[in-house]
Amino acid sequence: MRRGIGVLVTVVVLSLLAGLGANAAQARPRVAFIYVGPIGDAGWTFQHDQARRHLAATLNADTRYVESVPETAEVARVMEQFIRQGYTTIFATAFGYQNFGLEVARRHPQARIIGIGPAIGLAPNVKTIYGRIWEGRYLTGIVAGRMTRTNTIGFVAAHPITTVVAGVNAFALGVWSVNPNARIRVVWTRTWYDPPKEKAAAKALLDAGADVVAQHQDTPSALQAAAEAGKMGVGSESNMQRFAPGAYLTGTIWDWREVDAAIVRGIMAGQFTSEDYYGGLADKMVTLGPMHARVPADTVRLVEQRRDEIARGTFQIFRGPLADQSGRERLPAGKTMTLKEILAFDWLLRGIEGQAPTSR
Amino acid sequence: MSTGAAAPPLARPARAEPPAWVEAVGVRAGSIVAAFAVGAVFLAATGHDPAHAYREMAVGAFGSSFAVEQTLVKAIPLALAGLGVALAFTMGLWNVGAEGQLAVGALAASWLALSAGGLPAAVVLPGLTLLGALGGAAWALVPAALRAYAGVNEIISTLMLNYVALLWVDYLVFGAWADPTAFSFPYSRRFPEAAHLPRLYGDVHAGALAALVAAAGLALLLGRTRWGYEIRTIGASQAAARYAGIPVRRRILLVMATSGALAGLAGAGEVSGVIHRIQQGLSPGYGFTAIIVAWVAQLRPWAVVLVAVLFAALLNGGFVLQTAGVPAAIAYMLQAMILTFVLAGEYLLRRLRRRRAVAAARALAPP
Repeated sequence: MRRGIGVLVTVVVLSLLAGLGANAAQARPRVAFIYVGPIGDAGWTFQHDQARRHLAATLNADTRYVESVPETAEVARVMEQFIRQGYTTIFATAFGYQNFGLEVARRHPQARIIGIGPAIGLAPNVKTIYGRIWEGRYLTGIVAGRMTRTNTIGFVAAHPITTVVAGVNAFALGVWSVNPNARIRVVWTRTWYDPPKEKAAAKALLDAGADVVAQHQDTPSALQAAAEAGKMGVGSESNMQRFAPGAYLTGTIWDWREVDAAIVRGIMAGQFTSEDYYGGLADKMVTLGPMHARVPADTVRLVEQRRDEIARGTFQIFRGPLADQSGRERLPAGKTMTLKEILAFDWLLRGIEGQAPTSR
Repeated sequence: MSTGAAAPPLARPARAEPPAWVEAVGVRAGSIVAAFAVGAVFLAATGHDPAHAYREMAVGAFGSSFAVEQTLVKAIPLALAGLGVALAFTMGLWNVGAEGQLAVGALAASWLALSAGGLPAAVVLPGLTLLGALGGAAWALVPAALRAYAGVNEIISTLMLNYVALLWVDYLVFGAWADPTAFSFPYSRRFPEAAHLPRLYGDVHAGALAALVAAAGLALLLGRTRWGYEIRTIGASQAAARYAGIPVRRRILLVMATSGALAGLAGAGEVSGVIHRIQQGLSPGYGFTAIIVAWVAQLRPWAVVLVAVLFAALLNGGFVLQTAGVPAAIAYMLQAMILTFVLAGEYLLRRLRRRRAVAAARALAPP
């Protein structure tokens, strides 16, 4: 009899606890992240993982992630898996996931899939986010243009998708705004994440006479190559200063914490906007890392001034006349580019050396 | 094996030997169990519950119809390419170029799919299947001809041609075939519906049938035909085969072409059955994994199919483990460990058999 009561009490207590646990779990948003590289890449994926940690810390979100998922049919499998486990809010943090995400989203209307823009297509439960990274690249271009001694600046670029091309062009315009004689050479790796390849590309540029190497890649490898050669580098994605304190001039930094948190708060409140969202310098989704001590004070002031003007919208980076590498005029004098036109960049500016793999 | 018993006066007192199949199954099961046991120690040491992780892995690979579908979808290219390389290996041709042959097969199939606008499925599907096989065969014939007529080592040439093929895919998906709506991301337009392989069960496409037919065909060919006998003879000794009047050069060309055609079929299946477009990174190394599949299966066609399914389960299980909260590094380590133990088990099995054969021969020999 005593034992029977003991068992009964235990069962009741346990089921109450389980019930509490279930209630608490219901209130916690379940959010999954899919990464194209490892979180240890110290760049793109690392920054997205910072946002994931931010969600866990501030919204008590139950988060899961999968690393190194290629931009192939693989990602659809991973998404399905997450949805089956109840992680219906999915941040798919690589551009190339979009097509697969759209198909999964159509099959699972209750899921919310947040991809990386520009949007190829949208569904009611799909949103894409990205930032005007070219705004930051223009500013780093000013620094690189002022700091080069050999007047040759290298750029290690990932996939020749339009947002990357826009960044290279903006960087060049930043360089030329302070140093019209500087040469800019681009090498394409055709991959977001491949440290040895990123480094090899940087070395090729250094061998070709570049003394500043900028990049649009997921890791600090290009910067490290510049540091090893005793040259300077411009970071990308995260604050890469600690990887080459002597060589890091400055760099663009992604900050996804607020935009991701706003989306998850919205989903918790039952709201979701299907849109192609762009942040930038204005909302600090794109910021600049610390400046190297050797960057002159007037350059720092100029960068800050331009940063504020771009954020306010009083300074336009892409103003006519702009011509492509073949010399053909693409933007007449007096015109500025719309966001839509910037997102259609499949050509490099006249004066940039190195062809885009997409140019026809 | 039991030949030792044929000479009772000389043999040692007969011990009750387990039948060969018990040993074969036992050693393999044992090595997998051992791998999971060692993996469990690692998981526990890094603060993950091994039972939970393994359950997730099994559920992710076979636990639902979705999981089974995904495992089978991955097994199709592994089986087709694996059968291809197994055939070449049987003849002693080290075709490590399945990845490139797969890519060229995918390219050839995609060309038709992308330019077929308006043609009915009844024309497009057989057409792209045929083109896929022809593309893979053509890519394999280059190193085959170099080997047959100039003695060029096919290991180097097939390996290097992989990269050439992948760069061709890059060239086209970045350029002429690029999807105009994709902001220059490296993939083609989506294939028209007529170029989508029909699905048999869930996501499992008709390529599964091709894999089964290919396995049956190869098993028949290698085991029951003169052609198969010649291939095995060449594999055992080229000089002996030549002496026996087997046209070695022609066999090299034919076997490499067939091997490439199977990999090419795998490529056609991926683009028209799974991705529905051609893109950079269309294969996550199926052509290379196929080499391991072929060896673990000891080059036996039906075993290749079985091992391909197990490998696909292992590959899918790795991502599932991550969704269960196990870090990628540990998931990959587990995959590698299972593979290592399985290969070690195969080695052990071969040693056991050889020792037994030697003992049997000694027992038969006069003292």
